[in-house]
Amino acid sequence: MQDYFHAYGVVAALVAVGGGIVGGGLAANRLLRPSRPTGEKLTTYECGVDPVGEGWAQSYVRYYVFAYLYVVFAVDAVFLFPWATVFSAPGYGMTTLGEMFVFLAFLAVGLAYAGKKGVLSWV
Amino acid sequence: MLEIVVKLVLVAAAFAVLPLLVGQIEHKVMAHMQGRLGPMYAGAFHGWAQLVADGVKFVQKEDVVPAAADRRIFKLAPAVALVPYLLVLLVVPVGPHGQVAVDLGPGVFFALAVMGVGVIGAIMAGWASANKYSLLGGMRVAAQLMSYELPMVFAASSAAMAAGTLSLPGIVEQWRWYWLPWQAVGGVVFFVAGLAELRRPPFDMPVADSEIIFGPYTEYGGLRFALFLLAEYAGIVVLCALTTVLFLGGWKGPFLDDQLGWLWTLAKVFVLAFLVIWFRVSYPRLREDQLQKLAWAWLVPLSLAQLALTGILKVALG
Repeated sequence: MQDYFHAYGVVAALVAVGGGIVGGGLAANRLLRPSRPTGEKLTTYECGVDPVGEGWAQSYVRYYVFAYLYVVFAVDAVFLFPWATVFSAPGYGMTTLGEMFVFLAFLAVGLAYAGKKGVLSWV
Repeated sequence: MLEIVVKLVLVAAAFAVLPLLVGQIEHKVMAHMQGRLGPMYAGAFHGWAQLVADGVKFVQKEDVVPAAADRRIFKLAPAVALVPYLLVLLVVPVGPHGQVAVDLGPGVFFALAVMGVGVIGAIMAGWASANKYSLLGGMRVAAQLMSYELPMVFAASSAAMAAGTLSLPGIVEQWRWYWLPWQAVGGVVFFVAGLAELRRPPFDMPVADSEIIFGPYTEYGGLRFALFLLAEYAGIVVLCALTTVLFLGGWKGPFLDDQLGWLWTLAKVFVLAFLVIWFRVSYPRLREDQLQKLAWAWLVPLSLAQLALTGILKVALG
């Protein structure tokens, strides 16, 4: 348990270091860069022409089906990791291998069904 | 305590130097492959000073935040894009006998999870810019992450299955030469999916300049824009390092593994980085539907097949 917190303490320290690199860089940059904001400068650049209407335009999120599929598959995939470390340990062998094929079959059937339904082709 | 500080400094130094080195190599390799004269000019010999000149230009530029933008998110986005790649370097082993900053138990899992966070920086930038093209770019980034994260995770777990451990140094220790043919499909899937997650050409739909200007980064300038560019190169280093560790045997080479381990790791990383640059020069950009098709019709089934192959051989041999 000690080691556990120790390891993640180092991770937290590195997050602080990373924040320091970015924050320090930007702070030092403040001394070097000019700052003369004007109204024209602060308009949205977009494609070089004055923007028309709001910046957050409505658009159709075409990939929401992919998002569903991804969530379903990713939740399954997470369980692979703990299983991967023990599946070939003595005493498991064939049983876990059989289980893996059940697991893969579920995923493959799901993917084939999604493909058959035509949701995997971008419209 | 001192040991940890030294290791953190080394990680930060690697993070500062390696991406710039990849950037410099990209300048020169692309200049040679495409017969460009520009990048070969600054500083006379082979244009060695080009990167320095770019840096000087970036730090002198004004930090403009558009009035319509979501200020706080806009300013935070480059840090979110960059820092995760620094964190991944923490768990990447460069040599045998503990030449790794932290040997995390669930190392593969940590690396993949943290790498995914980097993509959120680009989505934040796309949303916060209050710019239609940036928003479209951000949505493309999200779609790409959604499709390519899955084959990447499957391929990585195939390597974890073969080694029987999630720790990255542990995986390299278990690595044998016959992994090369055995895990070849997984390795290719991992590398290609990683490229897509980094939005490197030919998977650069989110920043397609002929359609949406520069996607999520359109409104950025100066140092913040430079941070996004740095994140791209840091991402290349991280992807190449992870591919090396998971599929190419990390510090293991034909001879002197114990003494020259770190050199083998670096050599493999740079060969892969060269490939990444070569892809950029060689392939045209994939269209959005082709992108999705490649992921779901090819990479996911291939990675599932790799999982089956890994399982069967592992149980049969062990």
